[in-house]
Amino acid sequence: MAKSPAAATSKKGAAKKAPRSKSAKPNVDVDQLKQDYRMMLLIRRFEEKAGQLYGMGLIGGFCHLYIGQEAVVTGVQGSATGDDGVITSYRDHGHMLACGLDPKGVMAELTGREGGLSKGKGGSMHMFSKEKNFYGGHGIVGAQVPLGAGMAFAYKYRGQDRVSLTYIGDGAMNQGQVYESFNMAALWKLPVVFIVENNQYAMGTSAERHSASGLSLCNRGASYGIPGVEVDGMDVMAVREAAADAIAHCRAGKGPIILEMMTYRYRGHSMSDPAKYRSKDEVNEMRSQRDPIESVRKVLLEGGYATEEDLKAVDKEIKAIVAEAADFSQKSPEPDPSELYTDVLVDA
Amino acid sequence: MTAAAQTATYREALREALADAMRADGDVIVMGEEVGLYGGAYGVTKDLIGEFGAARVLDTPISEAGIVGVAVGAAMTGLRPVAEIMYVDFAGLVMDQLGNQAAKIRYMFGGQTGVPMVLRTQGGTGRSAAAQHSQSLESWFAHVPGLRVVMPATVNDAYHLLRQALTKPDPVVFIEHKALYVSKGTLDKDKPDAPWGAPVLRRAGGDAVIVAYSRMVHEALAAAETLAERGVEAAVWDLRCLNPMDLDPILESVRACGRAAVVTESCLTGGFAAELSAQISEHCFDRLEEPVIRIAGEDVPIPVAPDLEAASIPTPGLIADAMAWLVSREAPAWA
Ligand SMILES: Cc1ncc(C[n+]2csc(CCOP(=O)(O)OP(=O)(O)O)c2C)c(N)n1
Ligand SMILES: [Mg+2]
Repeated sequence: MAKSPAAATSKKGAAKKAPRSKSAKPNVDVDQLKQDYRMMLLIRRFEEKAGQLYGMGLIGGFCHLYIGQEAVVTGVQGSATGDDGVITSYRDHGHMLACGLDPKGVMAELTGREGGLSKGKGGSMHMFSKEKNFYGGHGIVGAQVPLGAGMAFAYKYRGQDRVSLTYIGDGAMNQGQVYESFNMAALWKLPVVFIVENNQYAMGTSAERHSASGLSLCNRGASYGIPGVEVDGMDVMAVREAAADAIAHCRAGKGPIILEMMTYRYRGHSMSDPAKYRSKDEVNEMRSQRDPIESVRKVLLEGGYATEEDLKAVDKEIKAIVAEAADFSQKSPEPDPSELYTDVLVDA
Repeated sequence: MTAAAQTATYREALREALADAMRADGDVIVMGEEVGLYGGAYGVTKDLIGEFGAARVLDTPISEAGIVGVAVGAAMTGLRPVAEIMYVDFAGLVMDQLGNQAAKIRYMFGGQTGVPMVLRTQGGTGRSAAAQHSQSLESWFAHVPGLRVVMPATVNDAYHLLRQALTKPDPVVFIEHKALYVSKGTLDKDKPDAPWGAPVLRRAGGDAVIVAYSRMVHEALAAAETLAERGVEAAVWDLRCLNPMDLDPILESVRACGRAAVVTESCLTGGFAAELSAQISEHCFDRLEEPVIRIAGEDVPIPVAPDLEAASIPTPGLIADAMAWLVSREAPAWA
C-alpha cells in the first residue's frame, strides 16, 4: 500500500532544505482559513456535481475529479498573486476554480457547450484563461512541465516579478522532459515552483510501482541543485506555508524549487476506472482520517472561529453557486457547427 | 469458416492473439502503461498478468520514449516485445525511438540485426476524448521506411494481423481504433481473412471502388448500403496493411469501373489518402472516368463537443454523397 500522507508531516530527506522562515506552526489566520475552507468546499461540491452530470450522460469523454486533493491547489494559489502563472495537467477543474474562474464557464466546458471556457472545443482536460494567467490543462502527461519552465523564462527575461506555478502528477515525474526542464530551470535560475501532486497513484499504478525512488519525488531535483520539500498536502495551512516560502525563494532570484505535496485522490483516475488496484479500506481510511476539508472545519469550530451556523451558510452559498453552474452548463447552447473550422490558425 | 469459429469482440480477439502468441513463444513480452494490474486502458490486456506473470506483462512508468527504446533494445537482443502506447497521440514522444532507431537499425547496420517488435496503439475519434487523445496519425508512421504499419478493421483481422505481426523480423506499428473495441464479429483462429499485406474485398460492386481501412471500412460499408438503394453498386476494399501495401487487386478493380474514392478518418492534407489517391491515379490513369477523390477528416484538431467531433470525420452520408457525385455527377443536397 502507498505510504499515507499522514506520515508525511516531517520534511525529511530534502536534497537541499528550502529556506524556511518559521520554526513552529504559524498562528491561525482565521480569515485566510475561512477563505481556504470556502474554496476547498467549492471545489469539492463542484466536482461532485461534475461526477453527477457525467453519470447522467451530460459530460462525455474524460473527466478527472480532484476530490481529496483540494488543499493543494487552494493552499498554493492562496500564497500566489494573480500575476503568477499557473499550468497543470488534465486534472484541472480545481485549479481553474482556485485561480478565480467562473464555475459556470468551467462546468459548461465539461458539457462541451458554447459558454465553456474553451468554447466547448477543449473539454474537461483543456481549459485556459489568459485573464487569470492560467495556462492550461494539458493532456499529454508531463508536457506541461517544460511549458511551465518556459513561462518562468519569459518572466525572468522581461524582468517581471512573477513566478510560474507548474503542477505535476507523481506519475508524470517519470517523463524525460521533466528532467530536461529541471536542468534548464536550474541552469538559468528560472522562477518556477514545481508542485508535485503526489496522490500516490498514476492511474492504477501506485507510486512504489512506478517510481524507483518510491515516494521521495522531491529529491529528484537534487542532482541539479534544486531544493525539494515534502509537504503534507492534506493540510491546507502546511501547503500555504510551504508555498509561500517557495514562492519567496523564486522571487529572491534563487531559481527553481520542488514541493512534493503528499495527497490522495478519493475517486477513480477518471470516470471509467475499475478501481481494482487499491482497497476500499485504504480510501475510506484516508477520507475519514485525513480529509482536508473536515480538518479545517474542525479547527474552525473547535477554535471558536466559526459556528455551525456560519459553516452552514457557507455550504448553502456554495450549493447555490454549483447549482447555477450546472444549470448554465445545460442551458448554454452547443457550439455552432461553423466553430469546427475556427481557431486552427489565424492571420497576423 | 471452420469449426473453430466463434463470436468475439475486437478487444477479445486482440487479447486472444496476445495470449496465444505468449503461450507459443516465451520470448514474447507485453509492456506498457497499465497493461498489467489494470488490464489495459481499453481492457485489451485484461488478466494477462494472471496467466503470464509480472515478469512478462510489465506495468511501466509513464515514460513513452523509454518504453519504446527499451523494447527496441530488447528486440535487438532477441526478445519479441509488444510495447503498448496507450494513445497514438503520444507518438510525439516515441517517434525518435521508432523512426530513428527501430526503423533504421536493419538498414544502416547492413542487415546484421533487426528489431522484431510490435508497437500496439489505438487512435481515432468517437469518445469525446478531445484534441490530444483522438487523432489518426498513421501517415506519420507510414512515411518512415523500415516500419510496417497495419490497421485492422474486423475482429478476425484483429486476431490474425496481430499474430502475424508477431512473426515479422522488423518493427510493426499496429494501430487499433478506440471505437471498434466493442464491435462484434466472427473470430476464426484457423482462418485469416487474407495473407499479410493483401487487401480484402469487403463488398463487391461494379460502379465504383471505395478504399478504406480501420473504422472507415464500416462507414464505407454503411455508405455502400444506402448507395445500393440509389442504384449504385460500390465495391469496398479494406486495405489492412498500409506499408508496405499490396494495391494490385484494388488497382484491377478500379480499372474495371474507372471510378475510385479513398476514405480516411485522418485529416486530408498530407495524409495517407493522398498516397493512395496518387498511386491509383498513376497506375489507372488511362482508365479513370473521374479523378480519384479523397474523403477525409477535416484539417482541424479534434473538438470535444460531440456534434463537432462527429462532423470532423467522414460519415456514411458524406461518403454516399461523394460516391453518387463520382458515379453520376449528381450534386449532393448540400452542395
Ligand atoms: C504521455 C501520456 N502518457 C500517458 C497518458 C495516459 N494517462 C493519463 S493520466 C495518466 C496517469 C497520470 O498520473 P499522475 O501523473 O500521477 O497524475 P494524476 O492522474 O494522479 O493526477 C496516464 C497514464 C497520457 N495522457 N499522456
Ligand atoms: Mg498521481
